Amino acid sequence: MYAANFLVLAAALFSIGVYGVIARRNAVMVLMSIELILNSVNLNLIAFALMNDTIDGHVFALYVIAIAAAEVGVGLAMVLMIYRNSKSIKLDELSRMKG
Amino acid sequence: MTALLLAAEDVNVARNVAFYIIAAMMIVGALRVVTTNNLVHAALWLVVVLSGFAAQYILAGAEFVAVSQVLVYIGAVMVLFLFGIMLTRAQIGGETGLNNQNWAIGIPVGLLLFGLLTWVIIDAVDDSVIADGPPANTEEIADNVLSPYLIPFLAISFVLLAAAIGAMVLARKD
Repeated sequence: MYAANFLVLAAALFSIGVYGVIARRNAVMVLMSIELILNSVNLNLIAFALMNDTIDGHVFALYVIAIAAAEVGVGLAMVLMIYRNSKSIKLDELSRMKG
Repeated sequence: MTALLLAAEDVNVARNVAFYIIAAMMIVGALRVVTTNNLVHAALWLVVVLSGFAAQYILAGAEFVAVSQVLVYIGAVMVLFLFGIMLTRAQIGGETGLNNQNWAIGIPVGLLLFGLLTWVIIDAVDDSVIADGPPANTEEIADNVLSPYLIPFLAISFVLLAAAIGAMVLARKD
């Protein structure tokens, strides 16, 4: 199996996630796209561990999983608070700080 | 490029076939996540993509990471997402206006990023082949977490604690 297989797949999913972050305006959808991005980085770490025959990539993939879990918890709590305060989670309508 | 993406003959054929089937499933799922008009469907397509990631980790010999992926993402994060969708009272049917007005800018950005990344990857690794080997030893992961990478481990424990308390404080009704 070519080393580029995993890396190109991760690049494709990363780009799809970036498109989702740019195109979506529902805050929950943006968080889902961020999950896609974080997971494709994880796939890269695993592929590098396999290529270099070390275990370090696995350790850091586990750390990224932990960080992503923390991120999604705080992110959804913020989305809930925004929904409670302004009855909308459409990101382009949240322009109160624009002045 | 095309020759690079074809299965080579001197490597494990079953592994390559499984890789391409799962990769196609993941890309279709990811495209549905970012294009569907239904929030609940997007969450369920995300489950497909995340299970695909777990399967790829098993193909890459990272069994412990694959199991953690299933437990953390499909078990915990997806439930959080579904609760988030419910609590923000999304319409259960299809919904309009999920995209920005200038959503089309995302298409060239995504394509350009993919082209650039693919070019760099092909340039860097060319056609180096991953050898078939035994799956990674979980004991070795534990040794690494608890000796050379102990400081990041403690830092991440603290981050998780702070995030859990912060999420509770933010989402609490008072």
